[in-house]
Amino acid sequence: MTKAITVAGLHKSFGRTHALDGLDLTVEAGEVHGFLGPNGAGKSTTIRVLLGLLRADSGAAQILGRDPWTDAVEVHRRIAYVPGDVTLWRNLSGGEVIDLYGRLRGGLDARRRTDLIDRFELDPTKKGRTYSKGNRQKVALVAAFASDVDLLILDEPTSGLDPLMEEVFQRCVEEERDRGRTVLLSSHILSEVEELCDRVSIIRGGRTVESGSLADLRHLTRTSVTAELAGPPNGLAHLPGVHDLDVQGHRVRLQVDSDHLTAVLRSLSETGVRSLTSTPPTLEELFLRHYQDETEQVAAR
Amino acid sequence: MTTLTGTGTLLRFALRRDRVTTPVWIAVNALMVLSMPNTLQSLYGTEAERADLVRQLETNASFRALIGPIHDTSLGGLTAWRVGVYAGLLAAVTGLLVVVRHTRDEEAGRAELLASGAVGRRASLTAALLAAGVANGVLALLITAGLANQGAAGALALGVGVGAVGMVFATMAAIVAQLTESARLARGLTSAVLGAAFVLRAAGDSAKSDGSSVWTWLSPLGWLENLRPFAAERWWVLLLFTAAVSAQAAVAYVLAGRRDLGMSFFPARPGPAAGRLGSAAALAWRLQRGGVLGWSLGFFLAGVVYGGLTEGAADLVGDNENAREIFERMGGRGGLTDAFLASMVGMLGLVAALYVVASVLRLHGEETSGRAEPLLAGPVGRLRWAAGHLTIAFGGSALIMLLAAAGFAVGYGRQAGPILAACLVQLPAVWVIGGLAVVLYGLAPRLAPAAWGVAVAVLLIGWVGPALNAPQLVLDLSPFGHLPKLPGGEMAWTPVLTLLALAAVLTASGLAGLRRRDVT
Repeated sequence: MTKAITVAGLHKSFGRTHALDGLDLTVEAGEVHGFLGPNGAGKSTTIRVLLGLLRADSGAAQILGRDPWTDAVEVHRRIAYVPGDVTLWRNLSGGEVIDLYGRLRGGLDARRRTDLIDRFELDPTKKGRTYSKGNRQKVALVAAFASDVDLLILDEPTSGLDPLMEEVFQRCVEEERDRGRTVLLSSHILSEVEELCDRVSIIRGGRTVESGSLADLRHLTRTSVTAELAGPPNGLAHLPGVHDLDVQGHRVRLQVDSDHLTAVLRSLSETGVRSLTSTPPTLEELFLRHYQDETEQVAAR
Repeated sequence: MTTLTGTGTLLRFALRRDRVTTPVWIAVNALMVLSMPNTLQSLYGTEAERADLVRQLETNASFRALIGPIHDTSLGGLTAWRVGVYAGLLAAVTGLLVVVRHTRDEEAGRAELLASGAVGRRASLTAALLAAGVANGVLALLITAGLANQGAAGALALGVGVGAVGMVFATMAAIVAQLTESARLARGLTSAVLGAAFVLRAAGDSAKSDGSSVWTWLSPLGWLENLRPFAAERWWVLLLFTAAVSAQAAVAYVLAGRRDLGMSFFPARPGPAAGRLGSAAALAWRLQRGGVLGWSLGFFLAGVVYGGLTEGAADLVGDNENAREIFERMGGRGGLTDAFLASMVGMLGLVAALYVVASVLRLHGEETSGRAEPLLAGPVGRLRWAAGHLTIAFGGSALIMLLAAAGFAVGYGRQAGPILAACLVQLPAVWVIGGLAVVLYGLAPRLAPAAWGVAVAVLLIGWVGPALNAPQLVLDLSPFGHLPKLPGGEMAWTPVLTLLALAAVLTASGLAGLRRRDVT
């Protein structure tokens, strides 16, 4: 598999703020890659470096095998970008803007344009100033999905969309993946990322803190276990990797590091199990763990 | 009254937001008025000279159309004549800008946020009108105090009259802002009414020499003349202002009470579902064509008007030694007609500098509003994107100067060739200002709006500098000061070519900076 995006040790500061502090990111061709991080973590800065709008202070970045700064125009022919906050020209209609972006990239698929406008329930005759936030996003989404490109860079693209449109958006991303296109999806909506993404990178403070498939990431974290036992539990508290143990009579609730799960299950079955539920960590829990570390750090300061 | 809850907070907020722009408008206006007695003193120092001037002007309808009739030969009376209408115009623009800014903010979603707070339905309109009232009140006070030594009653009449014109158009803007959907349209429509008021007054004054024409009485700017500051003031005219301001404010309040936030009585029309724009240059033209059209029309009409005045101007100035000197310093040597033409063309050149700055700074506006980002994330190189707008900026300034020349040809009918040359010779200086704007935008985008400061400074140097006997050092700061004085003067290629080269270097360095810097 070739790489659509490789970023290594990227640094970028604005005055005294270090927006990127050695960020790494690898996106394989053909995958949908989730790009997660709290506000101000550096997601948009990374994307702007990848688009050749910002020049990195140091570090390497390649996009579709080229340099994002020097080969910007060439690279951009094969990219579609949707910003998180779309602003339109007040006196241009949505349809005009969609066609402008399409023509700049060398033409739109007219049938797909009609189909997308239909699915997103967009009125293309309205002028830029009269669109609501969600509808402005739709204009940019239609322009991006209707163009024939290899890589879609979506920076919190669904802000302002209602749940029905969110659903349409997810179908569109899946269709893009089925056609073999690569998608970099920066998002705060974790269910969206969980549903769509093959791999995710979590960044914080301008650095990558986790990267891998969701299965990989889950492996690194804890599983919650709830069990109804035949008798009182025995020795669970002394097992390695067990956290938040809560015993009420024969009922047990606990969290366990994924690589110690076997030992916990063995101990439970020794006592005798009447019922058992085990839930893998949600992305939300993964995410919160990284966020909470940060809040604790802030509190400690 | 609960509909006014929060007015005080909103007013303080409005005054804080305006703390730079409005004082600048007021200061420029007051300076223009208050410097006039000195200028007139140096031009027409004695009562006899002034009487002479009036005798000639009374017979010249074009001059009355442009400036208004003279009602008194005292320095105060001449000041009111020379700047009254224009001070009223400036005050009107100040007032309408303030009101539109603080009532049509809902476009940016800010009004919604404010309205959801503990703010009454009429609070925002009241705060906007009060802000305009404060601005016009301060202006009236400055004029009254500054001219008091020419006669307290006249100074008071002129100050209050100018402020009252400001309030007439502030309240009119309040109505228009309720009817339209965008701030831009509201400003445009109110300005159009202001333009119409000027034209009505001009028509009336050219018809009658004492301001008694019905056309003059239809225009608030005409009321200001007919208030007759420094010439046996007719205080009752202030009742007209009061009536207009209260009637318009009442209408605005009724409309504000009925209107939903964000709605308007003239909703925007839908546009085409598909577009034909296919390049960054086409988009730039689409965004700027309205501006280019407006400026072209304005320059053509200005050419026609000044062309029409040329004949009379030579007669008028011919007898006054000081005025001739001024004209010669401002413009050319030789024949007075040439001198007049040269100074009028030079003035248009200075105004064209404002066009070129506005047009170049479109790049800055597109970038800061976030509209440039998705374009530059497409296959559009930065230089190609900038080139689209710069072609319109630099080419457009050539176009408007050509149209000014065409206007002169229509209005004056002679010397078409030399006037065309005079118009074109302004371009190197205009382009230097444009180049400066490109440099600021390319190298220090945060300072880009300072290009306006440069243009205004150049305008002041060219406009007021010669009349104030400014030292050559200051006059030389402006690129316009180095241009050959055409028609009439010798064509000098060295400064023209030097300025052209300078403009090219500035533009190129600005573009090089744009290519290298971060786009935000």
